Amino acid sequence: MITLNINQKTYTVDANPDTPLLWVLRDMIGLVGTKYGCGVAQCGACVVHLNGEAVRSCVTKASRAEGKKVVTIEGLSPTHTHPLQTAWLDLDVSQCGYCQAGQIMSAAVLLNENKKPTDQDIDNAMAGNICRCGTYLRIREAIHLASELQEKQALGK
Amino acid sequence: MFKIKIEYNIRNYVSMEKTKTNINRRAFLKASALVGGGLLIHFSALAKFEIAATSVNAVNPVQWNELTGYIKITADNIVKILCPNPEFGQNVMTSLPMIVAEELDVNWKKVIVEMGAHDNVKLGPQFTGGSNSMRMYWKPLREAGAAARRMLMEAAAQTWGVPVEEISTKAGMIIHEKSGKTGKYGDFASKASSIPVPKNVKLKDVKNFTVVRNSQKNVEGTKIISGMPLFGLDYRMEGMLIAMIQHPPAFGMTLKSFDGTEALKMPGIKNVFKLKLYEDGFEQGGFDTRTFNDLLVIVGKTTWEVMNARKKLIVEWMPAGDTKDTMGGRGGKKEVIVPGELENTTNQHQKMRQYASQPAQELRKDGDPETAFKNAAQIIERTYNAPFLAHNCMEPMNFFAHVTADKALLVGPLQAPGWTEPTLEKVLKLTPEQIEIQMTRMGGGFGRRAYGHYLVEAALISKKANAPIKLIYTREDDTTYGIYRPMYTATYRAALDANKNLIAFHVKGGGIPEHAIHANRFPAGAVDNYLAEGWQIPSNITIGAFRAPRSNFNAAAEQSFLDELAEAMDKDPIDLRLALLKRAKENPVGKNNEYDADRYAAVLKLVKEKSGWNGPEHNKFSRGVAAYFCHNSYAAHVVDMTTKDGQPYVERVFSAIDCGIVINPDAATNMVQGAVVDGIGNALYGGLTHKNGVVEENNFHKYRIIRMHEAPKKVEVHFVQNDIDPTGLGEPPFPPVFGAVANALYKSTGQRFYQQPFSSPQQVIPAV
Repeated sequence: MITLNINQKTYTVDANPDTPLLWVLRDMIGLVGTKYGCGVAQCGACVVHLNGEAVRSCVTKASRAEGKKVVTIEGLSPTHTHPLQTAWLDLDVSQCGYCQAGQIMSAAVLLNENKKPTDQDIDNAMAGNICRCGTYLRIREAIHLASELQEKQALGK
Repeated sequence: MFKIKIEYNIRNYVSMEKTKTNINRRAFLKASALVGGGLLIHFSALAKFEIAATSVNAVNPVQWNELTGYIKITADNIVKILCPNPEFGQNVMTSLPMIVAEELDVNWKKVIVEMGAHDNVKLGPQFTGGSNSMRMYWKPLREAGAAARRMLMEAAAQTWGVPVEEISTKAGMIIHEKSGKTGKYGDFASKASSIPVPKNVKLKDVKNFTVVRNSQKNVEGTKIISGMPLFGLDYRMEGMLIAMIQHPPAFGMTLKSFDGTEALKMPGIKNVFKLKLYEDGFEQGGFDTRTFNDLLVIVGKTTWEVMNARKKLIVEWMPAGDTKDTMGGRGGKKEVIVPGELENTTNQHQKMRQYASQPAQELRKDGDPETAFKNAAQIIERTYNAPFLAHNCMEPMNFFAHVTADKALLVGPLQAPGWTEPTLEKVLKLTPEQIEIQMTRMGGGFGRRAYGHYLVEAALISKKANAPIKLIYTREDDTTYGIYRPMYTATYRAALDANKNLIAFHVKGGGIPEHAIHANRFPAGAVDNYLAEGWQIPSNITIGAFRAPRSNFNAAAEQSFLDELAEAMDKDPIDLRLALLKRAKENPVGKNNEYDADRYAAVLKLVKEKSGWNGPEHNKFSRGVAAYFCHNSYAAHVVDMTTKDGQPYVERVFSAIDCGIVINPDAATNMVQGAVVDGIGNALYGGLTHKNGVVEENNFHKYRIIRMHEAPKKVEVHFVQNDIDPTGLGEPPFPPVFGAVANALYKSTGQRFYQQPFSSPQQVIPAV
C-alpha cells in the first residue's frame, strides 16, 4: 500500500512501489489529465509537480512521491483559472490537446521560478515537451500572457 | 526483366482493476450521472459555452426534441448540436456546429456541442481526413440548420394561427411582429419535431453571417486545459481490463511459437493468447490495412502490470516468407503478394535507384517531350529522396471494446467509423444495429487513425477474453508497427532552349511501395511538352495516408526543383511560377489540369506582398518560397531562415492561403501555424529507417520531432478573402513548407538539399 498526497487529498492505493506515478494516477486513482506519451521521459505529456518541481511521472516511481505533495493538471487550480489556463483559453492554444496538460505543468514551474521569462527562457524550459500539432508559437505567447496575468494578480493583492 | 505489372499489397488512399480508493469510485459514479447513465462513463463529449458544468448535468435527463439529425432542443430552450465528424485537433467540434448554429439562428455562446456517435444514416459520412470535413458538410449542415429553423417557425405559426411568412427569428427567439408575439425555440421544439423536415429551404446570404467567419473558441478548450477525460486512453469502464499486443519484431517476420507461463505468473495478468486478425481470404478494403495478422495478446488488470508481464513472454519468431493478401474495394477482388524480405534502408535506396533507371508507367504526356529534350540547349536534372515517416500521434493507438454474443460497444479515437464498421460486421459476425462505435477526441491523427485495425483487434480481444478491454499500444508499438508515409524518390528534368525558355518538363517518380506523382497538377498544363511517369516497388512495410498523402513529397521535390529552375533561367522564383500559371490560365496545355491557375497565382501574389518579397527586409534573411495546391485549397509560404547555435533556423514564416470561406478564422490560423511547424520539423528531422525489417527509431529519443526552441518566432497567416464554398485546411498548408525550407536552406548554405530529412548528413548532389 502506498499513501500519496495528490492535489491536497490523501489517497491510499494498493500498488507496487515501483509503479510509475503516471500509472498510479491514471489507472488506480482515475486522474487521467496526466498523459502517457512515450514512457521514457522524452515528450513531457506526463509532467506533474512533486513538491513544486516538474517531474516526468512516467519514469517517477510512486514510492518517490510518498511524503511529498503531488500536483496534477486537475489540481493546478481548483477553478481551472491558473494564469496559464486563462492564457491558454484566451489564445485558444490547443489543437488536439493531448500534450497541453504537460505543457501547462512545465510552464507553471517556469513561471514560479521566473516571473518574466524571455523567449529564450521559454525555449529552454519547454524543450522537453513535444507538441505534435505544432502549437509552440501559441504556447510561447500564452506563457508571456500568463506572466502578465500573474503580475497583475500579484499587484491586485 | 522489369515487372511493372506485378500485383502487390497496394493500399489505395481513396482520395482514411479496480482500485482500493473510495475517491475513485465516487468520481466514477459522478461521471456516470453526468452523461445520464449507460456505458458512456468517463468519456463525456458534452462541451459547454457559458454554461456551468452543473447545469449541463441538470439538462441531461430532460427530453430532447430532435429536429434534424444534428439538432436537439429541450422545452427549456437548451440547444444541442451534434458534431458528425471525429475531432483530432482540426477543430471540427467547433467549426462544424458553427455552421448549423449560423443557419439555425441561435446564440452560439449558449449552444452545447456533442460528438455524434457513429451513425452514417443520420449524420452522413463522418470521415475525418482528406481535408474533407468542410467540403462534405458545408451544405448539409447549413440545410440542417435552416430546416430546423423553418420547422420551429412553422410550429409557432400553427400555434399562433398566423402565416409562417410573417414569422421571423432572432438568436433563438421566434417573433411575430404584427401581433407582438414572441417565444423561445424551446417553446415550439416539441411541436416542431413532429413537422416533416422541409426540403429546399432558403439559406442565408453569406454576407449576413454572424457566427461563421467570426473567431469562436474551441468548445473543448476548458476540458483540455483542466485535464478532464476526453481521449480514448482516458476512457474507463468498471471491470475493464488492459490488453497489449506483442507484434513481430520486424517487418517480414511472423509468430512461430510462444510460452506465456512466466508472464501469467506475474501480478494482475489474466490471459495470454494468439489472435488471428483476418481469416484467410478476408477481402480487405482500402482502410483495412494492418501491420501483422498473427498477434500475441496479453491481458491484465492495469497498464503497468501488462507492460511488465509482457517482458516475460517467451516468443519465437520466424521469417514470414512471401504471403498473400486478398484485396477488395475498387477494381474488384484480387490476390496480392506481400514480399517476405527483411528490408534495410540501404537496400531500399539501391533498389529505388535501380527501378528509377528502368522504364516506368506513363501517367501523362503532352506534346513531344522526347524531341524537346533532344533539341534542348540545356537540361537540368535533379533527384529528390524522402524517407518513410511515422505519424507519431501524441496519443498512441488504443481502443476500448466490449463485445458480447449479440452486442459490440467500441469507444475510442478513430477517423473513419463508417469504414471500419463493415469490417467489424464481418469479423464479429454481427449486424450494424448490434455495433455501437463512439468516437472520443483524438490525440492527433494525421491519417493514421483512418486505419481501424486496432479497433478490430480490440474487438476480437474483448470477444476472446470475454471482458471489456482496452487495447493500448505503447509508444514503441505505435512507432514500430505503423502505417507509414511511403519512402519516395523523384527525378525532375527540365529542357531549356538557347534563350533559357522552358520547353519541356519531365517527372519520373517512384516509391516503396507507392509513387507520389500527381500527374495533372502544376506545372502540368503550363508546359508544351510534359511527361509524368511512375513506378513502385513491392514491400511488406505497411503504408497509408499521412497528412497530405503524396503531396507532402511532391511539394518538396517539385517546388525545390522550380527554385533551381528559376535560377537557371535567371528568373525570380515567384515570377517564374506566375508566368507558368499565366500560361496555364490563358492557353492551358492538355486536359484534366486539377488546379485553378488564378487561385494558385493569387496565393503567390499575396505571400509576395505580405512578406515584402524583394523589399527592404528581403536580404535580412535566407528566404525560400514555395506554393502548392492539394485537397482543394491553395497555399504559399515564404520562409525566413537565420542561423541559431550554428544550425539553420526558420525564424519567421509568411503564409497565404485560399480555402474559400474561412469558417473560424483564429482556429484556421492556428491550424496553418501548426502545419508550418509540422512541415519544418518533418523536412529537417523526420524519418524512419529499417535494419533487417526492424524499425530503428522506436521512440522519441531516436525519432526526432520538432521542439519549442526549433519552432519559428512568428508565422503570419493571410487568407484570400472570397465567397467560395469552403474547402479543407488540415492538409493544404503542410506540403509546400518542405519546398520553402529547402529553398531557404540553399540561400542559407549555398548548397541544394535533395535528401530528406535535410538535417541528414547524406545530402546527395546529383550531376547536372
